[in-house]
Amino acid sequence: MAACLQHTGYDQERLLHVSDKLPCRVFQAGTLLSLMGEPSQYSYPSIFLYGHRSTGKSHVVSTLLQELELPHATVSCVECVSAGLMFERVLLALFGPDTTSLLPRSPSLSDFVRIYRQQCPQSPANQTRFIVIEKAELLRDMDANLLPVLLRLQELIEDNVTVILLSEIVWDQFRPNTGCFEPLLLHFPDYSKGDLQQILSQDIHPSYSAELYSAFINILLGVFYSVCRDLRELRHLAALNFSKFCEPLKEGKVKESDTHKLWRNIEPHLKKAMQTVYLREVSSVQWEELQMEEKESGAMKGLSAHAHVELPYYSKFLLIAAYLASYNPARTDRRFFLKHHGKIRKTNFLKKHEKTSNHLLGPKPFPLDRLLAIFYSVVDSRVAPTASIFSQISSLVTLQLLTQLGHDDQLDAPKYKCAVALDFIRAISRTVNFDIVKYLYDFL
Amino acid sequence: MSTSSVSKGCFVFKPSAKKRKTCDVADYFSHSCDGSDNSRLRYKLCQDLWDAIKADTEKLQEELNRKILDGLLQFIRKCCSTFQHNADDWVSRMRASEIPTAALVLGVNVPDHDMTFQSLCELLQQSVTPHVAFLQAKECGALKNLMQRVLERLMGTAVSVDEEEDEAEQPGGTQPRQKGAHCTLATLCEWYECKTKKSNTPGKKRSSANEDEPQRPPIVIIFKDLEAFNPRVLQDFILICSRYVEQLPLMFVFGIATSPSTIQHVLPHSVSSLLCIELFQSLSCTLHLATVIDKLILTHHFPFKLNGKVLQVLVSIFLYHDFSVRNFIKGLKLALLEHFLSQPLSILCCGKKEMVGNATQLSHQGLESVRQLASFRRYVEQQKPQEQVDLLTNDEHMKETCKKLLKGLHKYHKNFYPILRCLHTLTNALPKYPLGKQIRELHIMCLEGNVWEKEEYQSAMQLLRMLAKEELVKALKHSEEILTPCKSKKMKDVLVQLQQLLDKFEHLDETKTETAANEDVITSPGKSIQKKTDLFQLQKTLLEMKETRRTKKMSQFEILRNEALEFMSGLVRSYLAPPETQPLYEVCYYSSSTVLRRHLNATPRTSIQTALSSPYHYLQNDKLLTEDGVSNAAPDICIVHKLHLECGRLINLYDWLEAYATVVSAAEGKDPDSEDYGKVDELKHARFIQAVSELEFLGFIKSTKQKTDHVARLTWGGC
Repeated sequence: MAACLQHTGYDQERLLHVSDKLPCRVFQAGTLLSLMGEPSQYSYPSIFLYGHRSTGKSHVVSTLLQELELPHATVSCVECVSAGLMFERVLLALFGPDTTSLLPRSPSLSDFVRIYRQQCPQSPANQTRFIVIEKAELLRDMDANLLPVLLRLQELIEDNVTVILLSEIVWDQFRPNTGCFEPLLLHFPDYSKGDLQQILSQDIHPSYSAELYSAFINILLGVFYSVCRDLRELRHLAALNFSKFCEPLKEGKVKESDTHKLWRNIEPHLKKAMQTVYLREVSSVQWEELQMEEKESGAMKGLSAHAHVELPYYSKFLLIAAYLASYNPARTDRRFFLKHHGKIRKTNFLKKHEKTSNHLLGPKPFPLDRLLAIFYSVVDSRVAPTASIFSQISSLVTLQLLTQLGHDDQLDAPKYKCAVALDFIRAISRTVNFDIVKYLYDFL
Repeated sequence: MSTSSVSKGCFVFKPSAKKRKTCDVADYFSHSCDGSDNSRLRYKLCQDLWDAIKADTEKLQEELNRKILDGLLQFIRKCCSTFQHNADDWVSRMRASEIPTAALVLGVNVPDHDMTFQSLCELLQQSVTPHVAFLQAKECGALKNLMQRVLERLMGTAVSVDEEEDEAEQPGGTQPRQKGAHCTLATLCEWYECKTKKSNTPGKKRSSANEDEPQRPPIVIIFKDLEAFNPRVLQDFILICSRYVEQLPLMFVFGIATSPSTIQHVLPHSVSSLLCIELFQSLSCTLHLATVIDKLILTHHFPFKLNGKVLQVLVSIFLYHDFSVRNFIKGLKLALLEHFLSQPLSILCCGKKEMVGNATQLSHQGLESVRQLASFRRYVEQQKPQEQVDLLTNDEHMKETCKKLLKGLHKYHKNFYPILRCLHTLTNALPKYPLGKQIRELHIMCLEGNVWEKEEYQSAMQLLRMLAKEELVKALKHSEEILTPCKSKKMKDVLVQLQQLLDKFEHLDETKTETAANEDVITSPGKSIQKKTDLFQLQKTLLEMKETRRTKKMSQFEILRNEALEFMSGLVRSYLAPPETQPLYEVCYYSSSTVLRRHLNATPRTSIQTALSSPYHYLQNDKLLTEDGVSNAAPDICIVHKLHLECGRLINLYDWLEAYATVVSAAEGKDPDSEDYGKVDELKHARFIQAVSELEFLGFIKSTKQKTDHVARLTWGGC
């Protein structure tokens, strides 16, 4: 790829510098640059950039805008809890801090446009102003008119302004029902393995040679490329594991050129890292400590290894009852919880759709009555319907072991779903000597 | 209140609230007791005792929390120092900047965590950082609220008296806070920069205090109940924070009630990869309870005691319902209050010296009530006739006896608990735990009756007779340790005897080698079973063999083991008698478990049911007393409820009204043959509607769209 950007209207030196900073993204940068045109020219009102996480969208845009010293404002939608906050940020970045005080409390779109137009003649720009909006997918959850307005902001404001939207999802998911101005789309494809190799190899450890580091990155990608293409994450993993890679070199056992031996040394280690630190089962600090101490594997328990939950006795039974109510069809309750139920053949008894495993379909909602009825027949002693039994149900809900459906009326027969997995409920029922599998319709 | 001031103004009258409040309680104490003069004294005793218990529990919980909190503080300090250095080395530059996060697993009872978090906050503010924000899920419904709370807590707590001037100088600093739109981390960043710069400039008053503090103290954000937070809000917040982690030394503490894997359920990988999570696990709550019971109940330091049933109620509420140590202690407090309130003789429930003093001051009336006590009557019956007369007539003699008995009770407690512990050490490792795994189970067993008569005790003893030497000696050594600190004379004697036993066990090895030579070789059994027998025969021969083997020859160790166990069961018989056998035990023991249960484990549904089905129970009106169910004269809602029980799932309102009118007409005493009997007039109609809506409010029925003029029943069953 010709690693060089060319465009009239910009300083050639700077462009060269920019293209150095954007390895493997020169093509996208070039396209973007040609869309932007020369600084003084009017640009297209809105550009939509999309591509997966860490494919260099923000990096390309911000590098271009900063290096070429174009007036711009960058806001991230995740930070803007309200549209007002976004307007304020934009005005602050484009016109300085004085303008923000002009905005009224909880400003509307028209306030924003008004103030923008007021400010425009005071600080006329002969360059295109850019508004970069990161995580644009969150715009969909904000006011319905915000996205369409942003797309044709140029028209409204009558100024040379371009809105650049960055998103991880495709434009089709954005298009409002009412229709809107179509932005120009620019896709950022994932980095290929070669790209990643090239980019990662640039962070050379100061005390080692570039070839060695490049070899390390090659091994790292060999292990992780199949599960992770996130540049940020890969860089993080490289940093965490490089010291281990260099260990035999430090000890003088292996020469730098002996890549095979180095590979043999690091490969199992990286595989372990994939199962632990990559999944954040083990934090990076703990991982580093682990490397120092040279402990055997298995000494560190991951987060998900602590799945055991201690619950009060009746809470356990309530949870068991909830699980049964969620995964058994209501019509089978007679068969499980009545003494003289007679024999019911599974096949004849059920409708067609009930023949598929309920565990594949997921939990079904059930009313409180049914939960309590099952609870009373499952628990071995007589339990008074005390206030604490009911409060236990709601505390199970806050612990997210049950979920309540519909918040409208608490008094009017609330409905719940059980939110725990089979393994969990089996562990719970084992502690109270209750054989839950015998009561589950799917396992008859 | 009035003032003689002419000018208008605002005057503050500080009411002496505290004093008056305590007076009220004391008054309540004296009012509720049948006019006895010692109520004030009892109140004081109760207060003192509670203060002592409270101080003890607080100390205990502090100790229990210390370990986990120390770990947490260390973690935070460590992270804080890495923030400081911000080393320029290659690894830290390359690593993605993660937010250090402590996951604190505290058990399922969320209200109990308050205290832990409170002490955590205090500790943090004392030793690490002034910037601590404590968040609860209920106040953070949306990201906006969450942000607002964080800023409020961080910037609000930092505003102290000497800083108000600074704010006055630059009003821009405070203004944005009022505006909701400005609640962003950028504001926080500015504030933090300003803050750290200020504290770094020398010559300020506070600089001396800040010297040992780190230059850039971390900002700790505590999420009290992670499970209850809205996952979306939490994710967004973490995403935002990660954008600022370069500028702000942020740290999180997650309070987790269930298990650490919830973090992975709540946060997707893209978010959890921004965190560097370290796990801290607190003591399990059952262990916590065991410690509390050990320190508060199984000790003679507190004269107030619970009987077996009450203790059972408290423990079962804990185990079955809430896992809350705090509620357990609250229950204990309630029992304490109830005891001092309802038992006039609780004036004697105090330390040994005070007890004797109070006993000498007992009035005639007080002595009479002592004579009424069942345990005392039992005691009197065992005395000689002359003594009996003296006790019942001579007040002075009676007082002396009382003192003697009270001292006896005190001694009983002093001996009871060490022996209980010894028995527990012997039995807690037996297979299937016949006497319970936890000491509280054994304790309750001992409180309920003669423990040595129980079947479980017998089987435990049988198992003990099969114990290997090492285990037995280990248990006995442990008992020795338990008995060593005891000061009572009897316990010292026991200790000496125990030590002698242990000596014998030690010397056993030496004697054994001598005797080993002349010990007979035991002929192998089993040859007699060779021939064909039926099952009964086999059983019989096996039994016989067992008998013969036992009687045949006992090794030195076996003899000694039996001796030790005899000694132990002797101790059990003499010291572990249930408290009911002690005269005057009522003074110290609170025994009404039903009261406690009613207060702590309320049954609202049953109460409503009772009120509706037998109104006499609450109203105590003789008119309402009927043989079966509800009388005609009962309140409307009861009649309506009774009638609705006869219906199916859907109730026709008109039929219901008709039935109601008939019943009410009968109550009015109208002639059944008259024309307007059972006729619905406006008044009856209105009363009916009111009753029905009351039932709806109570949740028995609801309106339904399935059928017009019908309501749906929400309960099932009927008469």
